[in-house]
Amino acid sequence: MNWVKFFHMGGYAVFVWPSYGLSAVVLALNVILPLRERKRLLRGHNPGKHKSGRDSS
Amino acid sequence: MREYASPKLFYPLAGRLIPWLAAITAILMAWGLYLGLFDSPPDYQQGESVRIMYVHVPSAWMSMFVYVSMAAAGGAALVWKTKVSEMAASASAPIGASFTLLALVTGSLWGKPMWGTYWAWDARMTSELILFFLYLGYMALEASIDDPRRAARATAVLALVGVVNIPIIHFSVDWWNTLHQPASIGALNRLGKPTIAPSMLHPLLLMGLAYTFFYFTMLLVRIRNQILVRERNATWLAEALKEGR
Repeated sequence: MNWVKFFHMGGYAVFVWPSYGLSAVVLALNVILPLRERKRLLRGHNPGKHKSGRDSS
Repeated sequence: MREYASPKLFYPLAGRLIPWLAAITAILMAWGLYLGLFDSPPDYQQGESVRIMYVHVPSAWMSMFVYVSMAAAGGAALVWKTKVSEMAASASAPIGASFTLLALVTGSLWGKPMWGTYWAWDARMTSELILFFLYLGYMALEASIDDPRRAARATAVLALVGVVNIPIIHFSVDWWNTLHQPASIGALNRLGKPTIAPSMLHPLLLMGLAYTFFYFTMLLVRIRNQILVRERNATWLAEALKEGR
């Protein structure tokens, strides 16, 4: 496996890698944001604690 | 089947499904990326730039698939007033908008080296851009209505009206002379053989499946988040959370 050749992508590196990179970033955000939201919501559900009054969806 | 449309049954069921769906997504994506980046040949005309196809085409498929699911869930919510359908429609919008954005940008990055331009106002690209605005409009409308049940009804109507754009996107390459090429999948050459080589078809289908499972995984996560908000005062939810489900 020639890695230099691989990353060069036959001269199309500036088009191929941003495509994959942006796809990775957007999909990662689609995982991270809902999971972070879940954590935040579960904190609001702590037993014995009254709801914080924040009501965003 | 209808009873699973109740948040009380849906919440724990989705919780059990999510790890499995996530694992399937990861395997399909790793396999598809390996085939797409390492084990598939460069195209005889497009060279290595053809690898953009493995992230572009699945995004474009999902931009339409998620829209139709969103409209169908919205329609079901209108007819049966099921809360989970309302949530499924609402949870689909940001995911669908993400796929549409990716389809537009990766298409642009593929268009520059192949067609010599990042953008053209041809029927395929313009209708896909309209799809993006439909998603944004859906989310803006939803955010503008406080009561979730009223928001669900209004957005469902918008989503159903917008469905008319989906066949336009799909058939645009046949109906108009577009810069965008017609579909390769399912197309046959003059000898009746598929026009796409299996070495390229396999990573494409794997990535398509990976994106589909990705959608369903994150859809369930987002629906559960909405249940946590909308059912926050329900005793069943407090009990479910206490049991760690």
